[in-house]
Amino acid sequence: MALVKNNAMIDDPFVDVTGQETIPADGPVIVDLHQWQSHREQLTQRTDPVGVRLRSDQPPELIAGDLESLALVALEFPVFRDGRAYSYARLLRGQYRFDGEIRAVGDVLLEQLHFMERTGFDAFELQSDDPLGDLQVASADFDVWYQPAADGRLSAMQLRHQSD
Amino acid sequence: MYRYDEFDHKLVAERARQFRRQVKRRLSGELTEDQFKPLRLMNGLYMQLHAYMLRVNVPYGSLSSRQLRKFAHIARTYDRDFGHFTTRQNIQFNWIKLEEVPDILEELAEVEVTAIQSSGNCVRNITSDHYAGRARDELADPRVYCELLRQYTILNPEFSYLPRKFKIALTGSPRDRAAVALHDIGLRMHRNEAGEIGFEVLVGGGQGRTPFIAHTIREWLAPEHLLSYVESILRVYNMYGRRDNMHKARIKIIVNQMGIDRYRELVEADWEQIRDSVLKVPQAEVDRINAYFAPPEYECLADIPDELNDVRARIPEFDQWMAANVAEHRIPGYSIVNLSLKAPGMPPGDMTADTMDAVADLADRYSLDEIRVNHRQNLSFVDVRQRDLFTLWKELKLHDLATPNIQSVSDIICCPGLDYCNLANSRSIPVAQDLSRHFVDVDHLALVGDFTINISGCMNACGHHHVGNVGILGVNKRGKEFFQLTLGGSSDENAALGDRLGRALPQDEVPAAVETIVDTYLAMRLDGERFLDTYRRVGIEPFKQAVYSPVQTRAVA
Repeated sequence: MALVKNNAMIDDPFVDVTGQETIPADGPVIVDLHQWQSHREQLTQRTDPVGVRLRSDQPPELIAGDLESLALVALEFPVFRDGRAYSYARLLRGQYRFDGEIRAVGDVLLEQLHFMERTGFDAFELQSDDPLGDLQVASADFDVWYQPAADGRLSAMQLRHQSD
Repeated sequence: MYRYDEFDHKLVAERARQFRRQVKRRLSGELTEDQFKPLRLMNGLYMQLHAYMLRVNVPYGSLSSRQLRKFAHIARTYDRDFGHFTTRQNIQFNWIKLEEVPDILEELAEVEVTAIQSSGNCVRNITSDHYAGRARDELADPRVYCELLRQYTILNPEFSYLPRKFKIALTGSPRDRAAVALHDIGLRMHRNEAGEIGFEVLVGGGQGRTPFIAHTIREWLAPEHLLSYVESILRVYNMYGRRDNMHKARIKIIVNQMGIDRYRELVEADWEQIRDSVLKVPQAEVDRINAYFAPPEYECLADIPDELNDVRARIPEFDQWMAANVAEHRIPGYSIVNLSLKAPGMPPGDMTADTMDAVADLADRYSLDEIRVNHRQNLSFVDVRQRDLFTLWKELKLHDLATPNIQSVSDIICCPGLDYCNLANSRSIPVAQDLSRHFVDVDHLALVGDFTINISGCMNACGHHHVGNVGILGVNKRGKEFFQLTLGGSSDENAALGDRLGRALPQDEVPAAVETIVDTYLAMRLDGERFLDTYRRVGIEPFKQAVYSPVQTRAVA
């Protein structure tokens, strides 16, 4: 699976061990919520970064107190139509001030990338033969936005009254 | 009317270009139909029984003559010479080719019209009182807030994949002409104890197979917080709304499952975090938008009741039209004129391209270039000089738009039904046509007075049958179409859901049954009572007996 971050293809430094019986002793890992809750103490003592992967029915409230220990939160799109993760990403960036990586995983497709970027995702496991090309296409779609979101882009309303 | 600035124009052009690419990717097979479906829906494109249907937004029902002429052009060039006005102040074109949609969207963009989010599981067209800014009974003009919400909800990155569709309606008048209590969010302007104007916020209303009247989530909200509060309602819905069953995915279901108090708690907790963020609406933006809604330069005129009464006394037909189709304007010497799209035998809401052009010309000459679309599938001219009423009436008659039946038995709301829609299980339009041909005696219509009939071709309730004084629902029994009647529904400020009358009737028995209901009401009404008042006073039993056991009723009478 291709991972795109900061407009570049990267080798994923993390190993996704979600659902596995044992967690490797070292190296960056992504665990699921159950693993995180069962092994929180050991996991927070690791020197290598740890990420948690949330299903779309697991709101970030469940890890709100742990975010300082996490380098990454992966939010799952079980199907692209399930839009819960857009709100989760916004809460992570807004209310919880999480500045680690928010990774889109699952059914991640070109036509939804723009919304993901705007709500605070910064890494994408893209289902595509040309992930970088897709990201460029999606980013070029718009340069006017009607609402403020998590990406810091100014809304039309803000631009209209900038000089007021 | 609101006019686009450079930002609005750019965004709409970008959206049209994006959809052109998406159509291309669909036609080349890069996108599966499953992946393309939500994209086309969010651009207003449905797959119906026989062809694609394109639904185009008329934001809060406000349309310029130039835009209406463009609709006529679209109907002629890309469709079969007609369009259909819907219950959400939109227009639908029924025979559209997928390959041509990007061109249509570009043509619409030229006149500042879009199909963005007229469908799909996102926030739909913002609707409002079609008399907004003109009604004599209005407290404040809601259109500036409609426009703020329109912009806020368009391509909102967080709320474009909601559990299900989401509808918002606003009214600035105590008389609710926008059915706000039947919406996912309803906003009703009123004064708080300090005398400041704000919104009562309602949430969780809706029709469909599980109808609910909305609950009040907040008694009063300062207008500057409108966007943040709506954001919090949407966020809670996006996170907690059901996604396991599309028939239980609307906000009304989750609000009623968790209870309005719990829903309010979640919303208020989220809102505390964002109420003072950049979402707070700056006064400068309110002023900027409001400038577009500044009252036109009205002539200094006086009401002319005597002159009009003279003509009314001479010409009874004009008198009937004045009584039924003309409403009070807040400026002396002006009136609001409703154009009935419900001439006998016409499919409710349909209009030919030629008639659209004619209406656009009339709007230029008689109503300051503006047309309003209302949720009962009629049009209104909202700035007509009273001294032009008689001439306008004669012109409207030439186009069959002057049937004096607004808000009466033959002013029927009707969904497209099985003639077009692949969800329907019955043909609703022929029932509406039968009824409108049955109730043609305008003296009788006037005698009956306020009486709404709403017809849906299936339980999805697009024809608002739950809130018709008489609701008619098409059901399919063993491959045959039957129609289930409900009584007592209403979508106004005292919204109510109708009660089931009894077993469903075959189509050919519906007009007689409705006539029996009307006659039963006339026999029992106390002076001045509307049907709804009589119904609320006497209950359903007399009507049930009259329709299903006529002999017994006669004995009682």
